[in-house]
Amino acid sequence: MRTEYDVVVVGAGPAGTTTARFIAGQGVSVLVLEKDRDVGYPVRCGEAVSRAGVEEFITPDDKWISAKINKFSMIAPNGEEVILPLEEEGFILERKIFDYVLGQKAVEAGAEILTRAYVHGLIFDGGKVAGVKFTHIGEEKEIHSKIVIGADGVESRVGRWAGLKTYVDFREMESAVQVTVGGLNDIRQDTCYFYFGQEYAPEGYLWVFPKGNNSANIGLGVSGNIGKKRSALSFLNYFLEKNYPNAGILTQVAGGVPCTITLEKITAPGLMLVGDAARQVNPLSGGGIISGMIGGKIAGKIAARAVKENKPELISLYEKEWDERLGRRHRNFDRIKDGIYNFSDEKFNSIARAFNKVPMEKRTLGNLFKTALIHNPSLLVDVAKVFVIKN
Amino acid sequence: MLLIEITPDKCDFCGCCVGVCPEDAIELKEAEITIDEKLCTNCAKCVWSCPIEVLQFNKEKAAEVKNANRV
Ligand SMILES: Cc1cc2nc3c(=O)[nH]c(=O)nc-3n(C[C@H](O)[C@H](O)[C@H](O)COP(=O)(O)OP(=O)(O)OC[C@H]3O[C@@H](n4cnc5c(N)ncnc54)[C@H](O)[C@@H]3O)c2cc1C
Ligand code: SF4
Ligand code: SF4
Repeated sequence: MRTEYDVVVVGAGPAGTTTARFIAGQGVSVLVLEKDRDVGYPVRCGEAVSRAGVEEFITPDDKWISAKINKFSMIAPNGEEVILPLEEEGFILERKIFDYVLGQKAVEAGAEILTRAYVHGLIFDGGKVAGVKFTHIGEEKEIHSKIVIGADGVESRVGRWAGLKTYVDFREMESAVQVTVGGLNDIRQDTCYFYFGQEYAPEGYLWVFPKGNNSANIGLGVSGNIGKKRSALSFLNYFLEKNYPNAGILTQVAGGVPCTITLEKITAPGLMLVGDAARQVNPLSGGGIISGMIGGKIAGKIAARAVKENKPELISLYEKEWDERLGRRHRNFDRIKDGIYNFSDEKFNSIARAFNKVPMEKRTLGNLFKTALIHNPSLLVDVAKVFVIKN
Repeated sequence: MLLIEITPDKCDFCGCCVGVCPEDAIELKEAEITIDEKLCTNCAKCVWSCPIEVLQFNKEKAAEVKNANRV
């Protein structure tokens, strides 16, 4: 390890390692610092992604795919199930392996990764970020760099140290808890299940995602607004006791999902933010793996160019490019989310009843939203933007 | 005075509380969490956001502080 790199990335999640891969691929030196022992562990994630999303970055491999998904099952508060066949295949990943493989890809491209490296401060040079301070297995260290990339996930402290406002309104943070359970016989391994309503997951949803071998990720997120009164954990325990009282729990993890629009500023002089740290999660679904990798790819390419052309100011191009690719779309999703959060149980029930009249071959996510629209016309503009106009 | 209490043994080190703290008062290492008393304003947002009830707002202590201030 040297004491100077062109770029330092903080955090070795999918966003961080993808950023590093695209930087190293341009022949620019890059070091990734990760505070945990392992890349890819612990896994705080439902692990659902779309095939197309993955394929932009890596060829699907059964080594890190736990289940292949071709339908959603959505369960209304009154228990009515709506089946939605998917137009596009989905995967439930084995992220422990997936994230690790993404790390390998970065290393193969020429990046270096250092684990057990806890970044606790930035180095500045004339008002510009010029490196990081960190503790590596008890030893204080510093690395100087032309650009620092904050890929430090939900915590997003690196950005704050550079003066960006990165913290999330507690009402927009989904506080989540998930168990992986084994020995489930009544779960279809090709289906993702979602439960809506006040009983199981108010202002959020509860998910059951199959993981192969009769196991599944069962988790939920609730807004901090709900967490004020009752924790995510107590909601999850209630669901498990009621529906899977004998489930064998293999793991339990907590996590936060910033279900909000991307930060207004995701760059500062010498600094870029990617992934959860930039709040690049799809605010409606809470999915942030692929969108964070997209953010990382855009940021990585631009960072490499800025270094190679010796034009630090180029990093600001990242904001516009992100906004065009996904940021703008996320703003629409966020407004739809706000609408859906306010749905009463009766509204969910009546949407389910109406959608169940649509013949199976005509069921699409777009049609489901159209049904929801009839019940809530105020969502019209936002839904139209996402599903009809497609930007 | 810090009114937020942590039960470190319960913590999963997930970072959710850090992500909502407006003051950047929470330090979270791989398996170690601390709140900086000098930065914390006792706003309780971290308490509301913790998914697994690790953080508590100490109401008794808050009431004591209030009473002490009145005297
Ligand atoms: C319960 C739950 C379920 C989810 N389900 C899904 C899902 O089904 N599908 C989906 O697409 N998304 C899901 N998400 C969201 C998804 O997990 C995240 O969006 C994704 O992991 C973001 O990737 P990232 O690289 O930005 O951050 P992370 O994967 O969080 O990586 C950040 C890394 O930075 C490290 N780090 C932080 N601070 C420092 C520091 N100071 N020094 C060094 N290293 C540091 C962390 O240890 C971590 O390894 C879920 C999230 C949760 C919590
Ligand atoms: S009480 Fe408020 S200021 Fe203090 S640590 Fe929690 S969120 Fe931060
Ligand atoms: S939100 Fe709760 S579990 Fe997560 S790091 Fe904070 S105190 Fe620990």
